[in-house]
Amino acid sequence: MTTMLEQYSDIVGCEVIDQLHQLVKPLKNISVAHVNSTRQGGGVAEILHKLVPLKRELGIDTEWYIIKGNPDFFKCTKSFHNALQGNMVEIPRSMLETYEKTNAENSEKLKSVLEETDIVFIHDPQPAPLLHFLPKRKGKWIWRCHIDANRPFRPVWKYLRNFTKDYDASIFSLADFAQELPHRQYLIPPSIDPLSEKNIDLEPREVEAIISEIGIDTGRPIMLQVSRYDTFKDPVGVINAYRLTKKFVPTLQLILAGGDASDDPESKTVLDEVHMAANNDIDIHILLLPANAHRVINALQRTADIILQKSIREGFGLTVTEAMWKGKPVIGGDTGGIRIQVVNHHTGFLVKSPEGAALRARYLLFHRDKLREMGEKARSFVKDNFLITRHLREYLTLMVSMLYGSGDRIELE
Amino acid sequence: MLHDDDTRLLFACKAITITLKTADGCFIYFTSIGTARTETEYIQRAEGEMKNLTTAHQPFEIRDCALAALATGKRAQNLKELRNILQTVETGSIYYHFWGGLLRPRFDDPEYNNDFSSWVRHSLHDKELAERLGMVSPIEYPDLDKLRHEIVEIIDEKLDMVDFYPWCGPDHQFHFITSYIVVFNTHKVIRKPEELVDAVSTMTPSSVYYHFIDSRRRTFGNIDDFRAWLFGFNNEYIDLCDLLSTVDPFFSTLTELRQQLAKLLKDYFEECDR
Repeated sequence: MTTMLEQYSDIVGCEVIDQLHQLVKPLKNISVAHVNSTRQGGGVAEILHKLVPLKRELGIDTEWYIIKGNPDFFKCTKSFHNALQGNMVEIPRSMLETYEKTNAENSEKLKSVLEETDIVFIHDPQPAPLLHFLPKRKGKWIWRCHIDANRPFRPVWKYLRNFTKDYDASIFSLADFAQELPHRQYLIPPSIDPLSEKNIDLEPREVEAIISEIGIDTGRPIMLQVSRYDTFKDPVGVINAYRLTKKFVPTLQLILAGGDASDDPESKTVLDEVHMAANNDIDIHILLLPANAHRVINALQRTADIILQKSIREGFGLTVTEAMWKGKPVIGGDTGGIRIQVVNHHTGFLVKSPEGAALRARYLLFHRDKLREMGEKARSFVKDNFLITRHLREYLTLMVSMLYGSGDRIELE
Repeated sequence: MLHDDDTRLLFACKAITITLKTADGCFIYFTSIGTARTETEYIQRAEGEMKNLTTAHQPFEIRDCALAALATGKRAQNLKELRNILQTVETGSIYYHFWGGLLRPRFDDPEYNNDFSSWVRHSLHDKELAERLGMVSPIEYPDLDKLRHEIVEIIDEKLDMVDFYPWCGPDHQFHFITSYIVVFNTHKVIRKPEELVDAVSTMTPSSVYYHFIDSRRRTFGNIDDFRAWLFGFNNEYIDLCDLLSTVDPFFSTLTELRQQLAKLLKDYFEECDR
């Protein structure tokens, strides 16, 4: 049976896999744990679904734990998320108490394992206080922030900083998001898995079947945004961009495809706003997909002519990478992690408004040859920079440095 | 250690090339050794080069590396802030902003070959200063502190001439990044220089980085590992060393650099066979 790593070597080359085997040698006998707040939905869960088994295949004893909370807890952590992305959010004291209490309860459940683990990765603010409640920990603890924290709402960051400052290190996707913290701040952008159901090559027949079942006319141009229903993803702005483009391309259709992350209590409200903005336009397809609809998303991205990710703030934007991997240029909001993926005029276009998005969409629909050329560049760009093998290498490098070195050079024999 | 009685220093030609004549009459070339401005400094550098020679005739061990970037948390929004942080930031950050670009993806030929000049051009819109900073070549400086000093001087000259400091919006600040490197042994070795042809053509880009770029931080005289090794074969590969010294790593990706080096080596050894 072919291992996962062998399958990746067909895509990225065997030297990349050799490097992983080299890096993992000093890590063979350690234990690693990842902790987050959801197993389904959202980019973090998606990455962990692959990173964890890959680390295991490389011989690292790796576990993944999920903390549990009630709706008030997730309402609080969603407010943190919004505040870190710059929204001025006042969070009542009672909510913060729920947040801390939930973490205290989870720490009791996870105490026996986390205190003994050599390296613990805590993802995002939801489980950040666990460290505070486990003072007898033996290993190194690293806080991984996936959020665009470029200009956070300061009172909320000040509160969260109390929990994050005591970590041994933190990880941000971009330097722009890093904060003043008294420890090493690693810069590791996320990645996609080329072999996952969402990204693997599909037979044209399967793509056709999926699309026709949804009721999309493949004979007409399609504009697509795949994203959770979240105001920072600007779905209403996407509808505006579609309307502006449709004036010039009357046959255009729009698909908004979103899932429902279990840790996002606001998605229902945003979805209602989107329906209102769509105003029963029969060419706007608003899809609420289950968390496991990976092949549907895959087929949609392969079928669409124009792919948007018109976020106002974006930690990274895995949907951008996914679309680029399928050979599609992306029209993306000029913000956060989109900037390191969409290289203006090369792998797509960076825009600041619905008008900008519409203008670029018209250009690409008119210049089909350019669309294809940029799409090819986009795929190659992802191959070199945003596949899970690169991500895994950087995690291994980080672990080696946490355990074996403090300077700027670590020599392994 | 070189002594006057057993070694004579001959300044052969050009600013960055010297020739050593050893006691037994061998001539050894040292190229790209930096910007030594006095004879004493040249001699000190040549002594350092002799340290490189201690690897003479030992196998060339192919190593690979993984680099990781670290945020320093320091950011500049105007020229004065850039200058002030430059004065105190760790040398690893200076290194990263000169060489790190090679590890980042890019599509265009870089207009400016370090991050400082690029930021000054694109965020502060000062083309003249960007051009001056863009001409600073890190391989001409014996260490990163001297390189830092040079950049700060250039910026100071500019600051002396302006009434207000050019600045940029908060979304375009200069973020000081540093990096660390994890080096590992691939356990592949080559014993003869001609084996370099196959070895280089199949190296990973990060291995090319380690032996051709990172080496400039490790070897005396800031040279690549290939030349440091080839110098150990007395003066047998002087021509090849000269050719290698002409490869400018700033204007190509690591993959392109590997192709360029592989072709250079292949052409050289094919020529030798004729």
